[in-house]
Amino acid sequence: MTGDSVAQLSVAVEAVLGAFTLQASLEVGGEPLALVGPNGSGKTSLLLTILGLRRPERGRIVLCDEVLFDAALAIDRPTEERHLAYLPQDFGLFPHLSVIDNVVFALACRSQRASAKQRRDEAMTWLERFGIGRLASRNTAQLSGGERQRIALARALASSPKALLLDEPTASLDVEARVEVRAFLAESIRSLGLPTILVTHDAKDVEALASRVAVLEKGRVAGCGLLGDIRQNPPTSFASKLLESSRVAGASEIAGPFCTGDACHN
Amino acid sequence: MAHARSRRLYDTAMVGLGGILLLFLVLPFVALVLDGGPSAILRGLGCSLTWPALRLSLGTTLISVVLVVVGGTPLAWWLARSRWRSARWLEILLQLPVVIPPAVGGIALLLAFGRRGLFGGALERLGWTPAFSAVAVVMAQVFVSAPFYLQAAVQAFGRLDPNLLAVARSLGASPPRLLFRVALPLARPWLIGGAAMSWARALGEFGATLMFAGNMTGKTQTLPLAIYTALELDIHTAQALSLLLVSFAFALLLLLRRFNRDPEVARRLATP
Repeated sequence: MTGDSVAQLSVAVEAVLGAFTLQASLEVGGEPLALVGPNGSGKTSLLLTILGLRRPERGRIVLCDEVLFDAALAIDRPTEERHLAYLPQDFGLFPHLSVIDNVVFALACRSQRASAKQRRDEAMTWLERFGIGRLASRNTAQLSGGERQRIALARALASSPKALLLDEPTASLDVEARVEVRAFLAESIRSLGLPTILVTHDAKDVEALASRVAVLEKGRVAGCGLLGDIRQNPPTSFASKLLESSRVAGASEIAGPFCTGDACHN
Repeated sequence: MAHARSRRLYDTAMVGLGGILLLFLVLPFVALVLDGGPSAILRGLGCSLTWPALRLSLGTTLISVVLVVVGGTPLAWWLARSRWRSARWLEILLQLPVVIPPAVGGIALLLAFGRRGLFGGALERLGWTPAFSAVAVVMAQVFVSAPFYLQAAVQAFGRLDPNLLAVARSLGASPPRLLFRVALPLARPWLIGGAAMSWARALGEFGATLMFAGNMTGKTQTLPLAIYTALELDIHTAQALSLLLVSFAFALLLLLRRFNRDPEVARRLATP
């Protein structure tokens, strides 16, 4: 894969959830990976585990040669030191801060030495890069879904992350905003080239944002591979139903490595 | 038809019941304000008990509420986030003073820290005898009022959107930054509400103070104790002191309403 040599997030974890054990192994390079599966299949738990908000019983998580978690070596880096950008479904903007102060917050977390003025200028640069400089002094509650999404991404990138984790990025938007946000996200994810994991229920999100798909079923990776392969040969009935609608659209995919079982490697 | 009639009867009965309760609650206040007229009340305020008690009440409750907030906030933050089973038990045990009669709390404090108490000897050797001093007043107030703030703060922190905290941490927020820049500003309206409740409780503290700190004018005699003392001298003095206390309570109530009506509060609530 082209992007894999640039940056890599590798996850192999085992964690006891309520009804079953999450046992997942994923490798993410420069190509965005969509994590799909029915409700309760462990998608969000896996995301929280990578973030360090849930501690797995066994396993290892490595990001760009840095070990974030290793049960055997008793390494467990706290969330704030993992350099992962996390975008939750509702974008997680701080309601007590203005748009620009949301971005300044991220900058202040990473660079203690910069002056307040420097941080504001840098935050403004981020906002302008996403075409939302005019919103700088606004209250985040008054903004549209599309604008909120942009702020969230600008803020996430201001923290200089090494990987991107998105949880249902379009689920809380109305239909029109979805189209806009999807196009914007697709463009951003492509140009960033960061390892990206995207949890979604929406075939259109998978189609537009991801090149690879991992199908989760009862905590296990039932199948993982290029979007085109998964679509042609869905490992579970859920994947078949989810990607059915987009079957006609995605003929441009090139055939690539494909695997089933617990592991997914390129 | 019969259904509508019984429904109407039920409504009427409840309105009546509510009215009776309202009268029962309001009439004493009417009497408190009107009885004797302004001149009797003004004369009461001029009593020698008033100003020392007012000064002591304001001073000690202010110290108490600061102690409770400064100590209670980090503790509540930890309690709200800890997954330990022992944290749940600690939370329940810390609520005990709410259900214990204050007089019992006062006796317990006396038996623990009084001159002849369990730890009184050790404290005395260190040159410190808290019982029957202003320090004892503060101790009694903290004892009875801390749980009110703690409960409000634990609930406030527990209601914060976990996604916001997760995002803050993913952006690199250290634990202190997470508390001071995210959790505290978001929970502020409820923390202030809790502190006001706690202050009101400390201001009204009587039983524990009487048992543990005594009733010495200018030294340990807070407003509620002064009211008790004044009652034996002249009812209008007691009335005047009571009005003073009521006006403070009313001011607090207004403050609470001000914060609960804050439109920001709705936005700061956890979103499902």
